[in-house]
Amino acid sequence: MNLIKFEDFSFKYSGQAQDFVLKDIDLEIDQGKFILLSGITGSGKTSLVRAMNGLIPQFYHGEMIGNVFVKGKNTREVPTSLLSKEVGLVFQNPENQLLAMNVEREIAFGPENLGIEWNEIDSRIKECLKVVNIEHLKKKAPFELSGGEQQRVAIASVLSLQPELIILDEPTSLLDPLGAIRILLLLKDLLQEKKVSTIIVIEHRLDLVLPLSDEIILIDKGRIIEQGKTHEVINGDIFLNIGLNIPKCVSVFQTLKNDKLYQGKLPLSVQESIEIIKMS
Amino acid sequence: MTSIPQIVVNDLQYHYPDGTIALKGVSLNIYRGEIVGIMGKNGAGKSTLIKTFNGLLKPTFGTVYVENNNISDTFTSYLSKKVGIVFQNPELQLFANTVEDEIKFSLKNLNLSKEAIDEKISETLKIFDLEKYRNRSPFNLSGGEKKRLAIASIMCRDPEIIVFDEPTIGQDASGITFIKQIIKENATSGKTVVIVTHDIEFTIDVIPRIILMADGLVVADGPTHKILSHDTILEMTSLTSPQLVKFSKSLTELGEKVPEDIFLVKQMVQYLSEFFKNESRKRKGGKP
Repeated sequence: MNLIKFEDFSFKYSGQAQDFVLKDIDLEIDQGKFILLSGITGSGKTSLVRAMNGLIPQFYHGEMIGNVFVKGKNTREVPTSLLSKEVGLVFQNPENQLLAMNVEREIAFGPENLGIEWNEIDSRIKECLKVVNIEHLKKKAPFELSGGEQQRVAIASVLSLQPELIILDEPTSLLDPLGAIRILLLLKDLLQEKKVSTIIVIEHRLDLVLPLSDEIILIDKGRIIEQGKTHEVINGDIFLNIGLNIPKCVSVFQTLKNDKLYQGKLPLSVQESIEIIKMS
Repeated sequence: MTSIPQIVVNDLQYHYPDGTIALKGVSLNIYRGEIVGIMGKNGAGKSTLIKTFNGLLKPTFGTVYVENNNISDTFTSYLSKKVGIVFQNPELQLFANTVEDEIKFSLKNLNLSKEAIDEKISETLKIFDLEKYRNRSPFNLSGGEKKRLAIASIMCRDPEIIVFDEPTIGQDASGITFIKQIIKENATSGKTVVIVTHDIEFTIDVIPRIILMADGLVVADGPTHKILSHDTILEMTSLTSPQLVKFSKSLTELGEKVPEDIFLVKQMVQYLSEFFKNESRKRKGGKP
């Protein structure tokens, strides 16, 4: 069974004159992958992820056509509180998400609301603090923490629900470059250690996230225009032409390709660029 | 660029009321017509520093002069005509009912006639490609459009110094291209542009000089490509090298003779074009 399945799905927010923000979407998301969801601003990325945990249509109302299934559960029917056990959402700005007096309470908040027993919650708190490496911060107030630490707390508070899928909407945009890399590597570790089964990241900094991604989904004007393995997608015709921030190594080799000086695959990283040179 | 600095910061300290010391003795000069980047870790004091430029924050110790005005005894209302700050999150800056009103509000208090205001509004909406949204609520714009409006509402006041706080966050390629263009045009017309950013690739493309901050102090100040290839400094300030600087270094380690200052796409393309042509000649048995 797919983790997420969109069937002939379209959505339009109520009260807005604009057209459907998502159109004719058929999409399947499987387990065990690090997926980059990319598209220009206003292409529908955030709306798409809202439809993956039932926030659309249950919290954001509007006209919805078709269905979305989370592990076979229809998001029209199953309450978001239950869907949040399968799909966790981390927003761009952790300040919008953090609300408790200290980090421990923050992590406990989700499981408590699902009525999970205290012993179990306690062990989940310990586990989550350890996994995201913030055990030393457990008694601190979230608002005293740095941006990177807050983002870790936000991730831990979603992990405590033990979701299969974590979706992060621009998780690193407020972080300095090293802080951003550390968060993305943390996510990759979570996947490799099987703490979650799939990760979807919306990210404009493609230079950081491409080397970590197994798969890319491209969205444009509310439609999915490409889904595939990272190398296949960046070597396809669409990726370079929809206004994304193309990493410079990719641009360099693409230009060389256009000039017929290079014929191979485009590199995802500096390391792959160097491999190309070594092989020449 | 003239040799008399437009902004002079001398041994500036700023202590927040809760006791946090955000700036611990910062000294720097910024010259007219310069594009200067301020970079550093989260919490290094970058945002605090730029808020002193238009007097939003006044020094606890030390001085800040903007065009010979000591900001400690100059009204913020006066400074804000000289220094415009475009904040990181446009949602916190925009509040009017329509795009037109947003610009109109900005033009208040400048002692302009009604006709001059109307003319300035039309001109600004045209430059920023917002004419079609004149009567729309700013909150119904896309992220990129909101950013454009936030920049427009500052630029319409014609400040001599423009400060951008993280202008590229959440922007796609066309948004970033637009911001690069605005920055270059302003600097060319003699305005000074100060940019706080974490975006290394953007920085290497448009900002010739950067000031690096760590823990409330300036730790480096100089040409961008030199600073962004200095590993120790980068580590200290939680930054990373731009992709092509890393690539050049790795090529050098492989024994390739790469010129030291390659950091732009076109430079790397030029270098590798030669490289691939040579390789192909070698394969054909010709002389390299």
